[in-house]
Amino acid sequence: MALQGNLRDFSVTKLLNLIHIAKKSGTLTIQGPNELASLAFLDGKLIYGQRGDEGGRLISILRYNHLLTEEQATSLQNRPEAANDKELGLLLIHANYLTQQAILQSLHKYLNDLVFRLFTWSEGIFQFYLGILPPDDRITVRIDLENLIMEGARRMREFEQLQEEIPNLDYALKFTDRPDARLRNINLSVEEWRVVSYISPKNTMRQIARANRLSEIDLRRIVYGLMQAGVVEILLPEGLPPPPSLAKIQPIPKTPEQAGLIKRLADRIRSL
Amino acid sequence: MQTVKMVVTGPFNSGKTAFIRSISEIEVVSTERKISLEVEKVKETTTVAMDFGRITVDDDLVLYLFGTPGQKRFDFMWEILSEGMLGFVVIVDSSRPETFREARFILDTFRAYAPTPYVVAANKQDIPEAWPVDDLRIALKLDPSVKCIPCVASDKEKVKTILLELLGSILQEIESGGKS
Repeated sequence: MALQGNLRDFSVTKLLNLIHIAKKSGTLTIQGPNELASLAFLDGKLIYGQRGDEGGRLISILRYNHLLTEEQATSLQNRPEAANDKELGLLLIHANYLTQQAILQSLHKYLNDLVFRLFTWSEGIFQFYLGILPPDDRITVRIDLENLIMEGARRMREFEQLQEEIPNLDYALKFTDRPDARLRNINLSVEEWRVVSYISPKNTMRQIARANRLSEIDLRRIVYGLMQAGVVEILLPEGLPPPPSLAKIQPIPKTPEQAGLIKRLADRIRSL
Repeated sequence: MQTVKMVVTGPFNSGKTAFIRSISEIEVVSTERKISLEVEKVKETTTVAMDFGRITVDDDLVLYLFGTPGQKRFDFMWEILSEGMLGFVVIVDSSRPETFREARFILDTFRAYAPTPYVVAANKQDIPEAWPVDDLRIALKLDPSVKCIPCVASDKEKVKTILLELLGSILQEIESGGKS
């Protein structure tokens, strides 16, 4: 049976947690808004990853980690060993260009960066292909997911905290009427200035994010900072209903006599 | 005549009405209306107040099954329906992960209303997109002691299994003096 859905409903952290707990083997693909990524797992451990169509090959990973120059990468592409990552790795080791440890560290870094990048995706269609593993010619590693999940959870916590502070991006921002002393000597980054330049009762925070090509979490982070600095506040619409409270109802008492009643119910249902 | 009730709850379009229809001895008294919101138009009608099914045990005992409305804007009915229930079934559409978070919220809300035993029915296990029960259990963060049972709400035998599992949990709680 398929394991598929949208990151909007089931985050990367939750997916990795599921794969870790269930010790799954297979390939997870995620089609994000602008790119495709895939991760392969063996017995619940991360062994391989690929970003886009060309990522995941040893040459591109070494290039990504600045262990090869552009010229070296191009030159290696033309060698027959380039078709097989394991053969290419051996070639580089035998040529004393890289050690095995350096290659493995490079793979680890590439995979960690890829997963951390995926944590920032809040939208994307995912699918887990049970039992599908990378081709034999690829170099695989074994990375425990616990630490990656911890880091993901930390990033998610930050996201959730920001979401609590700024729950709805469909509201506009306004400059505070009397910015206090905290406003003095304030230094804004380029992105913060861009957000500030769009502040108007006509622009919702979502529109500001879109105009500046900011992700929701980045926009929330900036707005939260500006709010803490006393520069802006959220324009809340009037008359919002308060959240409903959960009244607690006592269950009917469970007396030993009721055990007989339950058994009668069970007998009747069995007979249907 | 003694009457007892169980509540069948779960997100919109999870299969609550079908579940009750499969087992009720009477034609389910349903309060379905045509769906007005575009986003909820994955089916033609939905339950707006409650579904109501009945299983007569004998002259002295009747079990009523109440299905909660699936749409969030009718959640004020939940508290009313949960009053005095023996236990409840949370129906989850295993093929729609976008509803898992809501299913968890409903589960927690009903537990807050009345700490009675409950089971989770992993519904729509007959369609290819359904998440396996073990994965669903992890996704819903269910405690290992909570029963999460595969279900096809239109299959009477499967529905019987769910209700019997719930009755088993209730019996266990009674026999342990309400400590489970």
